[in-house]
Amino acid sequence: MNIREAIERIRQMMKKEFIETLRDPHTRWLLFGPALIQMVIFGYAATMEIKHVSLAVLDQDNTQESRELVSHFSVSRYFRIAKYAAERDELRKGIDRGDFLLAVEIDSGFAQRLRNGQGATVQVIADSSNSNTALVALGYLSQVGATFAEEFQIDRIHRIAPQLVSFVPQVDLEARPWFNEGLLSEWYFVPGVLGNLMLILIMNLTAFAVVREREIGTLEQVMVTPIRRWEFIVGKTVPFFLIGCFDATMLTLIGTIWFGVPLRGHIAVLAIGVMVFLLAALGLGLLLSTMAATQQQSMITAFFFTMPMTSLSGFGTPISSMPPFFQKLSYFNPLRHVVLILRSIFLKGVGLDVLWPNMLLMAGFAFLMLSVSVLRFRKSVE
Amino acid sequence: MSWTRIIAMTRKEVLQIVRDPRSLLIILVIPLVQLFIFGYAVNLDVKHVPLCIYDRDGTQTSQDFLKHFQATDYFNIVRVSDSYSDIVRNIDHAVCSVAVVVPPQFAENLQSSGHASLQAILDASDSNSASIGIGYAQAIVQSYSSEIQIAWQQERGLGAGVPSVTFEPRTWFNEDLESMANLVPGVVALVMAVVGAFLTSLTIAREWERGTMEQLISTPVGKLEIQIGKLFPYFVIGIADTAICAGTAVWWFGVPFRGSWIVLFGCSMLFLLVVLSLGYYISVTARSQLGACQMALLATFLPTFLLSGFIFPIDQMPIVVQWITAILPARYYVSILRNVFLKGTEVRLLAGDIFVLAAIAVALVALATRSFQKRLG
Repeated sequence: MNIREAIERIRQMMKKEFIETLRDPHTRWLLFGPALIQMVIFGYAATMEIKHVSLAVLDQDNTQESRELVSHFSVSRYFRIAKYAAERDELRKGIDRGDFLLAVEIDSGFAQRLRNGQGATVQVIADSSNSNTALVALGYLSQVGATFAEEFQIDRIHRIAPQLVSFVPQVDLEARPWFNEGLLSEWYFVPGVLGNLMLILIMNLTAFAVVREREIGTLEQVMVTPIRRWEFIVGKTVPFFLIGCFDATMLTLIGTIWFGVPLRGHIAVLAIGVMVFLLAALGLGLLLSTMAATQQQSMITAFFFTMPMTSLSGFGTPISSMPPFFQKLSYFNPLRHVVLILRSIFLKGVGLDVLWPNMLLMAGFAFLMLSVSVLRFRKSVE
Repeated sequence: MSWTRIIAMTRKEVLQIVRDPRSLLIILVIPLVQLFIFGYAVNLDVKHVPLCIYDRDGTQTSQDFLKHFQATDYFNIVRVSDSYSDIVRNIDHAVCSVAVVVPPQFAENLQSSGHASLQAILDASDSNSASIGIGYAQAIVQSYSSEIQIAWQQERGLGAGVPSVTFEPRTWFNEDLESMANLVPGVVALVMAVVGAFLTSLTIAREWERGTMEQLISTPVGKLEIQIGKLFPYFVIGIADTAICAGTAVWWFGVPFRGSWIVLFGCSMLFLLVVLSLGYYISVTARSQLGACQMALLATFLPTFLLSGFIFPIDQMPIVVQWITAILPARYYVSILRNVFLKGTEVRLLAGDIFVLAAIAVALVALATRSFQKRLG
């Protein structure tokens, strides 16, 4: 086999592929536009933070203490008092209509119980049709309640035994969120989105490129030329690899410059991680192309794989809250590794000494996908 | 308009779908897979947060305190550290995401001055879990704090009780706070968006790309007949998917269904009209299947996933993004579904959402019909 000839054939194949992909402005836009738009929407829209929960209050106690509790709600940035209700019926109706998410009802006798050193209970109705928001909001409520009770207790001791006030035992927690001190959602999502977009874009581009040739019949024409199968595959995939590198660079720049996500790790480690992952995505795309005769089929099959891959990657929900079986399963998911790798490089700034097991697993997956698809590709053409 | 021609068109499209049974099967199975993932694997609740503890005090008091972390479901103690560098290493390697450090002289400080603070180090590269983790840790510390206050008070004869405020929540509509019940409406909408827009986005583009459009144009079939004939099979598939999704959610996962099935299917048909027309419009304008599928992803799947309020609450988004969601059909559809499933809201109260959805549907059907010209070039 003449290496120089092989390289020349690959070069021609790549040239054809580049011309085909970059020929018209419409397709050119498709390579970068959707990824760009998705990144921006994600950066702005995807927030798990819950603030300003709308709240209605019915104060039937109407004492200094109960008003004090209400003012704790109104100064908290977690709550927004949407209504001061006068009767219980308003609470029920408002929740039904969705005017507010929480309805707090302070019974008469609230202050009396507190003064007696007893526990006072407050009735709450929570609209849990969005269970996550409801859960978080109830957590905020008890935090506000605990702070209020603590202040009340100090006041009480102050009245009955002023000399002891400074000795009331109290433990508090100093939280230090590392790597993302402001707990900003976009810092959390941007690296993950980068991984997801790369997977969907590169996998689909590769699969479509091969299947399109098969669907419109030009694959046979290519096959009667002297080009060998592996040369065809290399020529077909390298352009998309380069496009992937370009897109990843673009998205990294948007993430760091526009959204201000820090890139604390070494850029070379980031490049290695992205490139290994791109190989895995290419491999998946090629494998898809061997399983599909039409572009519609390849798209549906791609969707069938990407939905669970995304859901189980730890991108939006933590892997540690999944059942053990799915936690183990996720080791076979290259997206899980790349999301972890990207987050670690961007935010934690760690290097290969920490990330090598994930890199290795991802590389293994890429190798497996590429070799299986090359083997299957031979059969699927003949 | 001729029924024979519409039926012939539909027959051709159905044949093309049936000839590829694997794709058809996948389309019908996707909603199930997604539901099962949400039902069994993915959990929006944060639990069993891996925790690392470092006790620099090493007294009975500090041990007692740390036991509180063992007793809850929220944390899993995965490691007992003996130095800060060990904590750094474990957080870097993602072994644990929270580390609680008890400072030296913790017990002594508590005894002498009454005040002691603890440190929690959190891996906030996952900001969501971190902020929830802070909440859990704070609740544990607070309850410990009030426990020792009670003991302290009793010792000094200042009364047996400590004033406290307890909230007695009643959660309406989704009593057990199941995230599944919360997600099902979103999954239905997502699946419809996929089936509707993805599949139809390819139907016209495919004809252009393969060159069969010329053959189609040379037949007497009218453009409206093409549109109806092509979209009808996908409409049926979409309705079947809705039924599969809703049925599995209600009978397998026990998600409550409190509204009316008529509203559910009526609104689903409206939403299907929206996504089908959108897919059709994209298909006509894109002319290549790759382009059509990418556009469909942008125009339907993504907004449904991100901006419909399905996972991320709309009222927490920046105000400009909130305005954008006002023109998204998925937002109204998800809201209607949530009401129908969980609240059993009367149709009267849903009229606004239904009206907007219907208006968008009419506009998009008109747009799709106008866009297609039955000529070459």
